[in-house]
Amino acid sequence: MNSAVTSIKLVLLGEAAVGKSSIVLRFVSNDFSENKEPTIGAAFLTQRVNINDNTVKFEIWDTAGQERFASLAPMYYRNAQAALIVYDVTKPQSFIKARHWIKELHEQANKDMIIALVGNKVDVLENNEDERKVAREEGEKLAEEEGLLFFETSAKTGLNVTETFVAIGEKIPLKTAGDQETDSNGVAISDEQRIDLANSGNAAGQTAGCSC
Amino acid sequence: MNQEELDTDYDVIVLGTGITECILSGLLSVDGKKVLHIDKQDHYGGEAASVTLSQLYQKFKQNPISQEEREAKYGKDRDWNVDLIPKFLMANGELTNILIHTNVTNYVEFKQVSGSYVFKQGKIYKVPANEIEAISSPLMGIFEKRRMKKFLEWIGTYKEDELSTHLGLDLDKNTMDEVYYKFGLGNSTKEFIGHAMALWTNDDYLQQPARPSFERIVLYCQSVARYGKSPYLYPLYGLGELPQGFARLSAIYGGTYMLDTPIEEVAYTEGNEETGKFHSVKTKLGTFKAPLVIADPTYFPKKCKSTGQRVIRAICILNHPVPGTGNADSLQIIIPQSQVGRKNDIYVAIVSDAHNVCSKGHYLAIISTIIETDKPHIELEPAFKLLGPIEEKFMGIAELFEPKEDGSKDNVFLSRSYDASSHFESMTDDVKDIYFRVTGRPLVLEKKAEEETA
Repeated sequence: MNSAVTSIKLVLLGEAAVGKSSIVLRFVSNDFSENKEPTIGAAFLTQRVNINDNTVKFEIWDTAGQERFASLAPMYYRNAQAALIVYDVTKPQSFIKARHWIKELHEQANKDMIIALVGNKVDVLENNEDERKVAREEGEKLAEEEGLLFFETSAKTGLNVTETFVAIGEKIPLKTAGDQETDSNGVAISDEQRIDLANSGNAAGQTAGCSC
Repeated sequence: MNQEELDTDYDVIVLGTGITECILSGLLSVDGKKVLHIDKQDHYGGEAASVTLSQLYQKFKQNPISQEEREAKYGKDRDWNVDLIPKFLMANGELTNILIHTNVTNYVEFKQVSGSYVFKQGKIYKVPANEIEAISSPLMGIFEKRRMKKFLEWIGTYKEDELSTHLGLDLDKNTMDEVYYKFGLGNSTKEFIGHAMALWTNDDYLQQPARPSFERIVLYCQSVARYGKSPYLYPLYGLGELPQGFARLSAIYGGTYMLDTPIEEVAYTEGNEETGKFHSVKTKLGTFKAPLVIADPTYFPKKCKSTGQRVIRAICILNHPVPGTGNADSLQIIIPQSQVGRKNDIYVAIVSDAHNVCSKGHYLAIISTIIETDKPHIELEPAFKLLGPIEEKFMGIAELFEPKEDGSKDNVFLSRSYDASSHFESMTDDVKDIYFRVTGRPLVLEKKAEEETA
């Protein structure tokens, strides 16, 4: 039994309008909005999930639209332990883009990162299977070749959304009491020097702090 | 949002992703302005980016070493984030305030810099960070320490509206030299206070009113008091994280980002660059309009002039800590001008693998100063001597530019080049100045409510 909460930074990747934010909205607040505006104002969203007696806290980072013109900053991937690469099963172009993101992650990100490939918008196929432009097998094959988790989801109906996050959570090594924090290279950070600016040590207003 | 629908009209267009420009886009986006931010280069940071080792070789060396050789010596390229412009944050400085008030602290982690050192008669000494260090410091004799203590007590107790705390000194009328005289401080103490605490790069301040020096010393003392070891902070993964963090803030508030997008043409109203106002920019992705543009000097060279100052910077890779620093993982060394017969101080900023800016076992030392002779590389010699063996050296000279006009005539608002100072205070002055000129109101930092996190 482990009562520690494991925090996981998860980044979203995928072409614009494939439903990245909608998947998160479904997962975080079990909600869906048909004509969702691009995400504004939230640094990241968090959601806790219980997995086999453990609590996993997802810290989910949205691209904030910076993927549109190849302008996603390297900062985005820093210390990310998991990624969702999302494509739209009705848009072949978005699947090509997904391949690009897999390559990008292999180059930029931490080797142990858990990556899930997600084909979204399967609800569209319910009435009309002709709308499907990316075969399920294609997605499965790519995921298998690259060692990724694979799900087909619908943010609209909620199909497989929570399942995707739970599957990621199950693959993440859980924090046990006394574990040291590690950085992206797996190097332990033992750190009195690291600081939290927002909750700064000594009151900032005081003068006469200097005694040299 | 479709790839096809791309708005062509914005409230503000920003060119260049240096930290000055990124802070401004972040602040203006949060204010509700619709911002388009473009960079001609394929990475964030502009002139003040942090680059990988391969990018560094490409930038500075005509014949870069082969990838195999580089990796054998220095490890993986992506472990390197080398600052092109060396600076530290003052722990209690304005950039720290802006970071906190905008919550950009969500994206960037900081460490305190282990120490500040000052060069005196051929050796370096730690600038005392607390009373115990001060008592044992060999920088001053015992009587001088007492006079210094009196001086700092005056700084600490000074209250603008209580005349008795002024001890007869007028910060706006008395020069700093007169203040030193009042406390009977000797030349070497003056040098210490003026250069290692007030962080002046030359001695011009001595004959100027004391107030700016007073404020700089207060900032230094408050910054040291905040975390204890030195007044400085440094972000993990390098200074290049700062523009990225503010760009993310802007994007989160609706800002649109385009890297790797050179400006093909700038258009002015009445089709006249001389008399018209800014109208639009043309790029490979289309033409974009806004009532005003903010840019770094490289986008409008004709609208800038030289400040007359040129800075030389030498980026040095070491595979050992700097001798005489107790193996500090990060530090600043100030070589005051008078110690080496110069007019301007030489700065050395040292960071290491502890900050995720280089591969394990390496240290980065960046030396900088304002050029005074026609053999600038020789001017850096006193600093090279302090570092011990140097694995690799990258040297560059930058001319500093400033805008010719304030932007009120043509709606082109330009930032200044990053100067030779060791911290970001002049940069944030520039941000506030541009913000005022663009919006017509001063920048007021109010702590934003915690963002919604479920």
